[in-house]
Amino acid sequence: MRTITFMEAVREAIREEMRKNPHSFMIGEDVGPYGGEMGLSKGLWEEFGDLRMRDAPISEACIVGCALGAALTGCRAIAEIPFCDFIGNAMDQVFNQAAKMRYMFGGKARIPLIIRTPIGGYQSAAAQHSQCLEAWFMHTPGIKVVMPSSAYEAKGLLKTAFADPNPVLFIEHKKLYQLKGEVPEEEYRIPFGKAAMARQGRDVTVVATSFMVRMALEAAQALAAEGIEAEVIDPRTLVPLDEKAILDSVRKTGRLVVVHEAWRRAGAGAEIAAIVAEKAFASLKAPICRVAAEDVPIPFSPVLEAFVLPNTQKIIKTVRSVMSEKAGE
Amino acid sequence: MNSVHQHWIDLYKKMLTIRRFEERAARLYAEGEIPGFVHLYAGEEAVAVGVCSALRKDDFITSTHRGHGHLIAKGGNLDLMMAELCAKSTGYCKGKGGSMHIADMELGILGANGIVGGGLGIATGAGYSALLRGTKQVTVAFFGDGATNEGIFHEAMNMSSAWNLPVLFVCENNQFGVSTRIERVVRESDLSKRAVGYGMSAVSVDGNDVLAVEQAAVAAVDRAREGQGPTFIVAKTFRQRGHFEGEVVTYWGKDELAGWKQHDPIRRLAEKIRLEAGLGDEELKGYLKGVEKRIDEAVAFARRSPTPAPEEALQDLFGQEGE
Repeated sequence: MRTITFMEAVREAIREEMRKNPHSFMIGEDVGPYGGEMGLSKGLWEEFGDLRMRDAPISEACIVGCALGAALTGCRAIAEIPFCDFIGNAMDQVFNQAAKMRYMFGGKARIPLIIRTPIGGYQSAAAQHSQCLEAWFMHTPGIKVVMPSSAYEAKGLLKTAFADPNPVLFIEHKKLYQLKGEVPEEEYRIPFGKAAMARQGRDVTVVATSFMVRMALEAAQALAAEGIEAEVIDPRTLVPLDEKAILDSVRKTGRLVVVHEAWRRAGAGAEIAAIVAEKAFASLKAPICRVAAEDVPIPFSPVLEAFVLPNTQKIIKTVRSVMSEKAGE
Repeated sequence: MNSVHQHWIDLYKKMLTIRRFEERAARLYAEGEIPGFVHLYAGEEAVAVGVCSALRKDDFITSTHRGHGHLIAKGGNLDLMMAELCAKSTGYCKGKGGSMHIADMELGILGANGIVGGGLGIATGAGYSALLRGTKQVTVAFFGDGATNEGIFHEAMNMSSAWNLPVLFVCENNQFGVSTRIERVVRESDLSKRAVGYGMSAVSVDGNDVLAVEQAAVAAVDRAREGQGPTFIVAKTFRQRGHFEGEVVTYWGKDELAGWKQHDPIRRLAEKIRLEAGLGDEELKGYLKGVEKRIDEAVAFARRSPTPAPEEALQDLFGQEGE
């Protein structure tokens, strides 16, 4: 099978879907002739033109508002927020308007809106260009939250997002953009709410999202050399969440480590841990542990940032402690 | 009667319907049949009716927390509105939205809105949509003077002007953000001047004169439909009730209210109809009776409608593929 990068996979999904629907468009800062702030939309403006690859003013609220209003009135809209950190400026449009509209109106609105946004650190980009904010949106009913971890996942999930008549937040990790992976040339989709078993194992379940799936797999490989077989589950979508896949795995292994790059406090891991504690408590042989960012803004210095963010060693250490039943101490 | 006079009577009946619908809602609210909040539009009817009179059925509007007037003026169904206000399952939103969240996609009503300025971006997008889909639909964003100090007002005005979108920005300047007079929070109280910085056409009108509002709206709608871009319309008016029902109004004097009631938009049009169309009190009373009868029916519909089953709270969050 051919291999392409994560970024190419996202671009390919956009191109294919926009070709199908003349009333589809993407709006964002520099998405036009410049080709996107990360280079993701290169070539799309040449094919689709100004109206459908819309260079917007630096107005995140109205970028989302414009995409939402167009989605509500018969278009397929994609809004790009070039760093998820900037979505604060658009928050009312996302969580009070887009997410609530269908429900508030008694189910009488169709909102084919995708908000694409890059996340993540490990670039010394400091506190306002490094964040992972998915938990904010998990906490708001009415918006789907998608976090692909590979080129294959990115294309298949984005294709599904295009068919979905609801607001979808599509979260792309900057460190994944250049990662290559196998992506079929034929049409395929990955359903929302269906986790991927990234690695099978009998001893411990590691639930990881986005870029952390790559680190969890590295950690699992190292742990295998010590005789610890970790099962790595990638939920792929946090809303809807494949609870069953997580619970089935924990019932098998009896141990759970959740890994995410977002802050530990009230992150997705807290929710996943709570679900497992509520529904599979009797299966647990050890406390549930989280590997996540320390609860401080992401610092600039590489030394400080590395201390704050998760890494493969931290995952290995946490899994070892869960296996030795010294976890939680 | 000539067609001009007939048109005045249609506008009169529309404004009267809004006024009487809301007066009934106020009573039902006071008596406990309507829960939550209601924000009444009394005194501002000429803006909604004048503007919507210039629109087609397939044009779009976005509304506000004070939205009953916009909905009725755009053709909203009184039964479904009253049932929604009364939190019944037959209401526009099946009891999930209430007064502040009524929408009717078939009539292009993209929703009342509980957030000040919340509809401005959506209206911009509906305008963009008309451009992309190649229709001649026009969108009206209704909002109050308060919304002109929200950030998204700036973003939406600039974006719509930059791309020449077919959008009317209609500011109902009732001069108060809850209790705060606009002069206390802006240096320049002629809000129409804001448009200059965006390169947008602007017009100020007497918001209590339905015919003046209509004239301004017709011109702006024509321009928008012909691809000449957005217009900012500032309609100065006055809300004759508190910010919400049950509020004790401490921020204006009785004289100020009485002065504005002298210029009540419904009363003014009635006088014009009497003088220039030669209609008498009997005929006007006849229209009032017709309006009252229609509202009685809406209340009866709401009253005989069931409340939602509690479990319905978990429905309608997400739509299914293929919808």
